[in-house]
Amino acid sequence: MTNNQSTKGLSRIDGRLKVTGAARYSAEFAPAGMVYGVLVGSTITKGTIKSIDSKAAERAPGVLSVITHQNCPRIAGYQVEPGKKEPEKGTYKLFYNNKILFNGQPIAIVIADTFERALYAASLVKAQYNAAEHNTRLIDQKHEAFAPEGDGTSKRGEADAWKTAPFKLEQEYIIPSEVHSPMELHAIIAKWDAADRLTVWTKTQGVQDTRDGIASIFKLPRENIQVNSKFVGGAFGSALQVWPHEVAAIVAAKLVKRPVKLVLGRADMFTSVGYRPHTWQKIGIGATADGKLVGITHEAIGQTSAYEDFNEGPIGVSRATYACANVNTLYKLSALDIGSPTWMRGPGEATGAFALESALDELSYQLNIDPVELRIINHADTDPESGKPFSSKYLKEAYKLGADAIGWSDRKTKPGATAQNGWLVGYGMGGGMFGAYRDKAAARVVMKDDGTLLIQTAVSDIGPGTGTMIVTIASEEMGLPAEKIKFDLGDSSLPLAPSQGGSGTTATVGSAVYQACTDLKENFQKLAGNGGTDKPDYAAILKRNNLQKLEVTSTTNGGPERDKYAMYAWSVHFVKVLVHPATGVVKIDKAVCVADCGHVVSPKTARSQLIGGAIGGIGMALMEEVVIDHRYGRLVNNNFADYHVPVNADIPQIEAIFVNKPDPYINPMGAKGMAEIALIGMAPAVANAVYNATGKRVRELPITPDKLLGKDGAMES
Amino acid sequence: MKPFQYTKAVTQQSAIEAIAKPGVKIIAGGTNLVDLMKRGVTAPDKLVDINNLPLKSISLDKAGQLHIGALALNSTVSESPLVLEQQPLLAMALKAGASPQLRNMATVGGNMMQRTRCAYFYDTTMPCNKRQPGSGCGALEGYNRMHAIFGTSNKCIAVHPSDMCVALAALGAEVTVSSRKGSRVIPFTDFHRLPGDHPEKDNTLADGELITGVVISNNKFAKNSYYLKIRDRQSYAFALVSVAAALEINNGTIKEARLAMGGVAHKPWRLYDAEKALAGKPANEESFNQAAQIAMQGAKGYQFNSFKLKLAPAAITEALKHAAGIA
Ligand SMILES: Cc1cc2nc3c(=O)[nH]c(=O)nc-3n(C[C@H](O)[C@H](O)[C@H](O)COP(=O)(O)OP(=O)(O)OC[C@H]3O[C@@H](n4cnc5c(N)ncnc54)[C@H](O)[C@@H]3O)c2cc1C
Repeated sequence: MTNNQSTKGLSRIDGRLKVTGAARYSAEFAPAGMVYGVLVGSTITKGTIKSIDSKAAERAPGVLSVITHQNCPRIAGYQVEPGKKEPEKGTYKLFYNNKILFNGQPIAIVIADTFERALYAASLVKAQYNAAEHNTRLIDQKHEAFAPEGDGTSKRGEADAWKTAPFKLEQEYIIPSEVHSPMELHAIIAKWDAADRLTVWTKTQGVQDTRDGIASIFKLPRENIQVNSKFVGGAFGSALQVWPHEVAAIVAAKLVKRPVKLVLGRADMFTSVGYRPHTWQKIGIGATADGKLVGITHEAIGQTSAYEDFNEGPIGVSRATYACANVNTLYKLSALDIGSPTWMRGPGEATGAFALESALDELSYQLNIDPVELRIINHADTDPESGKPFSSKYLKEAYKLGADAIGWSDRKTKPGATAQNGWLVGYGMGGGMFGAYRDKAAARVVMKDDGTLLIQTAVSDIGPGTGTMIVTIASEEMGLPAEKIKFDLGDSSLPLAPSQGGSGTTATVGSAVYQACTDLKENFQKLAGNGGTDKPDYAAILKRNNLQKLEVTSTTNGGPERDKYAMYAWSVHFVKVLVHPATGVVKIDKAVCVADCGHVVSPKTARSQLIGGAIGGIGMALMEEVVIDHRYGRLVNNNFADYHVPVNADIPQIEAIFVNKPDPYINPMGAKGMAEIALIGMAPAVANAVYNATGKRVRELPITPDKLLGKDGAMES
Repeated sequence: MKPFQYTKAVTQQSAIEAIAKPGVKIIAGGTNLVDLMKRGVTAPDKLVDINNLPLKSISLDKAGQLHIGALALNSTVSESPLVLEQQPLLAMALKAGASPQLRNMATVGGNMMQRTRCAYFYDTTMPCNKRQPGSGCGALEGYNRMHAIFGTSNKCIAVHPSDMCVALAALGAEVTVSSRKGSRVIPFTDFHRLPGDHPEKDNTLADGELITGVVISNNKFAKNSYYLKIRDRQSYAFALVSVAAALEINNGTIKEARLAMGGVAHKPWRLYDAEKALAGKPANEESFNQAAQIAMQGAKGYQFNSFKLKLAPAAITEALKHAAGIA
C-alpha cells in the first residue's frame, strides 16, 4: 500500500503507551480501599417494579450494599422544586422511582469487595414487576410520530417541486439502530474526598462537561469536582453526557464510604450509553433532463425514547448539500420503550446522507448522467441555505482526486456489466458534509529553563490523536522538536476546553494552543529585546533573565468571520465492490476517501481518522444492526459475536486523500474538522456500488447476503 | 457466575472418575463453557480441567487412518502438515471458524461439544426448551434468521454452530469416547442429534463419557475438497450456511461424493441423497445444480431465515464447483 501522505507528520505520540499497555484508562486506577459495583438490569420493557428482593444478594460473601429505588439516598438535582410538577419528559433519573422505561434499565447496584463477588450477588437480586404493554418497533409507531421542538419542518422555495420535474423518483430508505461499540467499555471510578468533594476517573469526551453535569445532578459547586480522563479507548459520541451508571457509582461510593469502580459489561453497552437511532426516511427528488435539480422533499422519522426527545436532524443534508431552489423537509420522532439514542459519529448527516446520496445515485441512472457529473452539475457555489459564500470549498477537486484514484473511468453505467473471476464488479460513490465548528477554548503553555515546553488544556483525546495534533502545532509555532514538547490533557482542572465532538477539536483547541504559543513567543521576544529572532533559544533567554519558566494562558474563540461565511468540511467516498452473484456475498475491493477539510495539521493521525471513519461507514453499510425481539423488547444480539463490526478481513486497501488547502478564515491554521465526514457518505457509496454491480438497490441497511438474494433467489447477472 | 470448584485431572482415569459425579463439567479450552457460565446458562458445581491429559496427538496409522486427540487445538489441527495433506477439508473448515485467538484455545472435543449460539438459549430471561425444558422456544416465532431449515421440531429450531464438525460429518469420521464403563466408538453422524422432543440433548454422548479423539479413515478426497462458509462478514462470524464438499473424480466423472452443511440443522447436516445423485455423474455445474436441488428436499424456512432456502443450494453448487476446480 502506498500513500505518500502517511509518511509525513508525527507518528501518534502516545501510540507506544497505548500498545504497550502503559496508557491508563479510566478503569485502570486503584485508589486505596476501592470496591466494585455491578448493575442489575430490568428484564421487562415497560411497567413498574412491584418489589425487589435483595436479601440473598446482601448476604452473599463480600457484599457491602445493594442500592435500589427503595433505599437510594436523595439525589439533589433530581428533585422537583416544591410546588412544581414532575416534568413529563427529561433525562432519565436513576433509582428515582419504580417506573420501568426500557429493558435493561438499571434497577439496582450491588457493591462488593471484589468484582466477581459483586457480579455473582447481582445475579441474586430478584425483582417482581407489573408489566405494561410496550412498543419497541419504529415502523409500527410511525403514525404516532411527533415533530420535535424547533427542528421539524422547513421549506425553501416551493414544496414538493420535485413532482413537476421530468425525471423524478420517490423512495424510502431505512437505517437500523447502530451502537458505538468502542473497544473500551464505559467505566468510572468514583471517590469522595470529603462530604462535598468528589474525584472521578471516567470515560468521557469532555472532562469539564462531565464535571458540570455531575455538579448539577448532585448540586455541588463545580470546583469541588475533579474529573480525569487521560485516555479514552474510542467513544464515537457515546461519552458526551453523564450516564446513569456514572450516577450509580457516585451514589454508591458515598453510601459505602469507599471508592467504587463500575465497568459496564458489553451487553450494557448496547442499552445504557445510547445508539444511532433507527430511522425511516423518504426522499422525493426530481431533475431536468440536463441533470439540474428541480426539488427535493426529505421526510424522516427517527426513534427516540419515551422519556426524552433526541433530535439529530437527519434531513439537514438535503437543505445544505446541493444547489437546489426547492427543498422541503419534515422530521418527526417516534417515542419507543427503549433507552434514549445519542450522538453517534456523523450524527444526523450520516443517516440523511444515506437517503440523499442513494436517491441521487438512483436519479443518475434515470438521467443517464454519471453520478459524479450529476453532483458537479448541482454543485453549490454558495451556501444554499444562507446564500453566504463558503469560507473555503474544494469539493470539485475532491471529486477528481477520488475518481482518478479508484479508477472511476472503468465503471460501466449498466449494472452487472462487469465481472471478475466469477464476481460482479461495481463502482459507487457518495459524499458527506458537516459543519466546521470552532468554539471557545484555552491553553496554557509553559516554557521551562531546560528548553522543554508543556502544553495544558482540559480537552479529551478519544482516539483521533489530539495530543499529536497539539504537539505538531506547538512544534511548528515554537520551532521546537516534538521530543521537547509535553502535553497534559483530560483533566478538568486544566484550562477550558469543550467536549471532543462535532469534529471541532483541532479548530477549537488547536487554535488556543496556536494562540498561546504565539503569545509566549511574543513574550520571549520582549524579554530578549532588540526585536529578537523568530525561533530563539528559549532556555538561554530564561537563564539570562534568571527565570525558571515563562508561561502564558490564552483563550480563543470563533469571531465575526463565522457570520460572514458558511463553514463546512466535505468528503467524497469512492468504492469498488465485488458481489458474488450466487451467494450475495459483498466484498469491498477498494475504497478511496477524499476529505476537503482545510489544512491538515497532523497528516498521519488524520489519515488514520479518515480510514477509521470509512471503516465505520463500511460497518454501517454491510453489517451493523441492533436487533430487538419486539415481543420482549429485548436485544438479541447484544454481544460482539452477533453484532458485527468490520474485522480486518472485511477491510480492503483504503486510500486516504486530502485536498489539503487551508481555509483562510476559520482559524489561524486553516484547519477544519474531519472526523464526521470520514464516515458520512460511505454507506451510500457502498450501496451505490452494490447496485452498479448487481442491479439490486438495497434501501434498508445493512446490505447482508440475504437482501441481495431477494425473494426469488440468486441474482441474475 | 456461581462459585464453583476447580481441579486439574492428571490422568484419563482420574478425569473419568471425576466426571462420573453429577454437577461436574469438563473444561478444555473454556472458550464456550466459560461464556455459558458467565451468562448463567450453565452453572456447574465443579470443573475438571483436562488440559494436562495426553490427548493432543495427531497421527496416521498403517491403514492410513488419521487419529486426532480430543485436546488437539483447533489451530494445531488446521496447520498440521498431516491434516493438510490427508484431510485438507478439515483444515479448511477449522480455519473458517471463530478467530485465531479462539482457535488457539479451542480443542477438538470442546468444538464438538460447543452449544448453539441461539440468542434465546443465551438469554436466561427468555424461553428456551434447550436451556430449560418446557419453557418454550423463543426462536420459533422470534428472531430466527440464523436458525435451522432441516430437521427442526416445534420444540427447537436451533443450529449446531461448528464448522469443524461439518467437515468431520462429511468425511465420515468416528468419535472415540471413554467412561467408567469402558470405551466405545460413535460414528460422527450419530454423535449430534436432532432436537425432537429433547432439545436439551445436543448429542448422544452419555453422562460420564469423555471424548478421547476422532478418527478419519483413509479416503481419496484430498485433491477435490472444499469448505465454503457464507457469513455476514469475512471472518469471525458464524455461518449463515456452510458446505463441506469432497469429491473423488476419475477422468471427469464423480466416483464418490461427500456433502454436509452447517448452519441449517441441529446437527451437521449430511446430504446423502445428493451424494448418491452425484455418483457416476460428470463433475460439472449441471450435476452440481441437480444435487443441490435434491439436497433441499424437506427444507422448511421460518420468518427470518427463508433466504436460506435459496442460499443453501447456491452454496452447495458453489462449493462443489470449487471442489471440482471449476469455480
Ligand atoms: C465469539 C466466538 C465466535 C466463534 N465462532 C465460531 C465459528 O465461526 N465456528 C465454530 O466452529 N466455532 C466458533 N466458535 C466456537 C468455538 O469453536 C468453541 O468455543 C470451541 O471449539 C470450544 O472448544 P473449547 O476447548 O474451548 O471447549 P470448552 O469451552 O472448554 O468446552 C465446551 C464444552 O465441551 C465439553 N468438553 C470439552 N472437552 C471435552 C471432552 N474431551 N469430552 C467431553 N466433553 C468435553 C465441556 O464440558 C463443555 O461443555 C466461536 C466462539 C466464540 C466465543
